Amino acid sequence: MNLWLWILVSCVLAYAWKLVGYFVPARFLENPRMSRIAGTMTIGLLASLTVVNAAATGQALAADARLGALVAAAIALALRAPFLIVVIVGAGTAALLRMAGWN
Amino acid sequence: MKLTASPAVRVGISISIATGLYGVSFGALSVASGLDFWQTMALSLLLFSGGSQFAFIGVVGGGGSGVAAMSAATLLGMRNGIYGMQLNALLRPEGWRKYVGAQLTIDESTATSTGQADPGEQRRGFWAAGIGIYVLWNLFTAVGALAGSGLGDPKQWGLDGAAVAAFLALLWPRLKGREPVAIAAVCAVATVLAVPFVPAGVPILVAALVAALIGWFSHGRSDEGLEPDVEPYGGHRRHGHADAAEAGQ
Repeated sequence: MNLWLWILVSCVLAYAWKLVGYFVPARFLENPRMSRIAGTMTIGLLASLTVVNAAATGQALAADARLGALVAAAIALALRAPFLIVVIVGAGTAALLRMAGWN
Repeated sequence: MKLTASPAVRVGISISIATGLYGVSFGALSVASGLDFWQTMALSLLLFSGGSQFAFIGVVGGGGSGVAAMSAATLLGMRNGIYGMQLNALLRPEGWRKYVGAQLTIDESTATSTGQADPGEQRRGFWAAGIGIYVLWNLFTAVGALAGSGLGDPKQWGLDGAAVAAFLALLWPRLKGREPVAIAAVCAVATVLAVPFVPAGVPILVAALVAALIGWFSHGRSDEGLEPDVEPYGGHRRHGHADAAEAGQ
């Protein structure tokens, strides 16, 4: 139930961000700083989420099959594979490495 | 004018298919990270912003709290506010269109619209991509969530590896040039340093703070990091956009 609450709060806030853009005066658009922070935060958050999902288990750092998935996904992306293929490559690599005994 | 004759509508439809399809991976990963079917659907129907949705389930899946998941998703949603400002200036929607358009304001619908020069095409591109992605994203989220809940142990299928790949794939198109790579590297290091010392989920917020400080104090492209996950115009549009932004400064 608690998770439902945070899901719904997230949904309301996401819509609030979107809507706020349509109602602020146009001169805010002339201030490049807000737009720049939105962009650098997007990069920072996605980089951080990648690292956490690849190498963290709770509060511990871990080197397991997920690191293999990270490398395989990077190779697929460098070869310009579409999003869904990259995700499947990541899953397949982690699954195969586990079967081979690397957890 | 027939809708299918509009170049913006055609781009909107193809971007809808490409983006909608990867809703499958969101649906499957969401149930693997512990959300149920309707919680997963609530995120796609109501939150409707790929990066934020992945962030929410990424934090929950990593053992983070609901507050941390909400914070990460909300910080990642800030750029939609910037897109809203751009689209409002470009399309000048009135009445209910503002409220419906706001929900459809995401990376891809914005990129499809701003990539057109003609005002009519800008409008058609936004609505075609926005509605198309909304419908397909939700449809494929449902497919993924149903398939995912029948899988059993998600680790056996490497779904944790799929999550890693998904985040890297979301980050990848934004790493054009040296500066975004440097920002990503600094935030990755900040994350690794923070993991042992703060509760799960919080390292992501530490990285967000670092990124915001970089954005505040440094000068660079004002549309850095605001690339769509799936580029509707094959990578050409952004250059023109950046040139226009620089000319306007």
